[in-house]
Amino acid sequence: MIRLLALRELRSLFALPSTWFVLAALQFIFTWFFLEILQTFLDMQPQLAQLANAPGVTAAVATPLFSLVALLLMMLVPMFTMRLIAEERRNQTLALLLSAPLANRHIVLGKFFGLLAFLAVLTAGVPLMLCTLALGTSLDFGLLASNMLGLLLLTASYIAVGLYVSALTAQPVIAAIGALAVLVGLWLADIAAAAENSAWHLLSPLYHFRNFNTGLLDSADASYFVLFTAMFLLLAMQRLQNNRRYG
Amino acid sequence: MPNATPSASQSTGDITLSARNLTRSFGNRQVVHNVSLELRRGEVLGLLGHNGAGKSTTLQMLAGCLLPDSAEKNGSGIDICGIDLLRHPALAKAHIGYLPENPPLYRELSVNNYLTFAARLRGMKPAAAAEALAQTRQRCGLEGAGDKIIGTLSKGYQQRIGIAQAIIHRPAVIVLDEPTIGLDPTQIREIRSLIRELGDAHSVILSTHLLSEVESVCDRVDIMQQGRLIYSDTSEHMQQHGSVSGFIISLRNPPPPGELEAIDGVSSVEQLSATQFRVLHTPDANPGGTLVTLAERHGWQLEQLTPLQATLEEVFVKITAADMATTAPARSTPVGTTLPCSDSSSGETT
Repeated sequence: MIRLLALRELRSLFALPSTWFVLAALQFIFTWFFLEILQTFLDMQPQLAQLANAPGVTAAVATPLFSLVALLLMMLVPMFTMRLIAEERRNQTLALLLSAPLANRHIVLGKFFGLLAFLAVLTAGVPLMLCTLALGTSLDFGLLASNMLGLLLLTASYIAVGLYVSALTAQPVIAAIGALAVLVGLWLADIAAAAENSAWHLLSPLYHFRNFNTGLLDSADASYFVLFTAMFLLLAMQRLQNNRRYG
Repeated sequence: MPNATPSASQSTGDITLSARNLTRSFGNRQVVHNVSLELRRGEVLGLLGHNGAGKSTTLQMLAGCLLPDSAEKNGSGIDICGIDLLRHPALAKAHIGYLPENPPLYRELSVNNYLTFAARLRGMKPAAAAEALAQTRQRCGLEGAGDKIIGTLSKGYQQRIGIAQAIIHRPAVIVLDEPTIGLDPTQIREIRSLIRELGDAHSVILSTHLLSEVESVCDRVDIMQQGRLIYSDTSEHMQQHGSVSGFIISLRNPPPPGELEAIDGVSSVEQLSATQFRVLHTPDANPGGTLVTLAERHGWQLEQLTPLQATLEEVFVKITAADMATTAPARSTPVGTTLPCSDSSSGETT
């Protein structure tokens, strides 16, 4: 059932011309970033060569690229999640799902995995571009894998927030702005806290992504993402239940 | 096998849907009060009422989209084919097909994709879904529209797709909320015959404020008023409810009305125009025959004699108005003088 709903979500997304436009435009932006960062690396290379423990090409190119993409996703994900439940409610297609023999968790998880798969496709271009560097040099695939895993977990947490906010309203625009406010708020909590060991850092998904970004796999970060995502998904399920109870 | 229970005189077969004491409020406003319904296989039940009478809310509860208020306390319950909808929603809902007020269509999908999704959503296997798709498309007149994008189709087609998604998994209970709204007369007729056909094998409950719909498709009528069920009977009985016996006659060369009133069994005569009279008589004596003979004898030149028949509109207005007043005198107001005759009733012309 979850798979069926996820596939429906994907089918609807790919049936819209705007989706293809967004895919093309974002790929263009990602490529632009990639080329800019690569150019900087090539310009810096003579100076880097004189350093004793210079960063390799993967660390110098992939790390800043992934961290830019992570920041960009914070703005992008709300635009995709806003439709998930708010639009179904506005178009009154939610009645089809509510009257079908489904539990709330099927609806929520179906939408979650559907969008996660879409965003995985959307960001797949980034590691693929980096892999082209393997033609001329040797890459640190461990660092790449850590970044990909981190980005996936980060995206999942963003989607969970967006899905929950989308479940609260019948207006997709409100869902988008609301999710953006939550995500930017969490990000600000991270960057505004001056002290290195401030607890505010721990709230932010981007802070926990930083370790993945530098190639450090920490189970604490991974469990943060899992808990964060699970919490918002459970809240969304509860909201759907309240939808049946309070109308 | 005629079933002799007084509550459901016309219906046969087993009960597919039974709802007890449904109550629902939004905030402080209670929109449905203690509604109980029963539906049997092979029966079409029409839920009738003014706008805002609580029809849609009741249907939403029956379809499982909305939970009744504190079910435990009020003793509410909904059984679909013997399965408790509130306790085992997933099991019970597999037997329901629901068309809300606005058809729940994903406008960006093609008709085939959408209907297949609807079938699979209700737990059909892919092979069965493909077969059901072909059959349902044919049933709802969607043969040529399979690959079209739903958003590009007209309102009438979208309504048909809405009905198709409600019946594709062959549910025992079909819940239709105003199924013919926004359709043109030809489409309305097609949809009604489809509903009639569905009613033979499934149970259908539909809400409407079109009385002609009730007349043409429903076996039984429940009338809702301000969230309460105020009337429940077969649609034939409803039509007879409070009807009057009488006829309209046209005489080219009429006598004074007093002469007509003098005829045996005639209780009152009202002159409608120079040549037209409304003649009311007691239910047990029909002076029609005497009138025809007299007209011939005295040269009144009888042109037309049409039996009076109350339309469903009038009955509906009467039932709801009587409930509004809720006082006994309202029911006993003389109906004969205020009741207009039906123009559509089949006329007997001599």
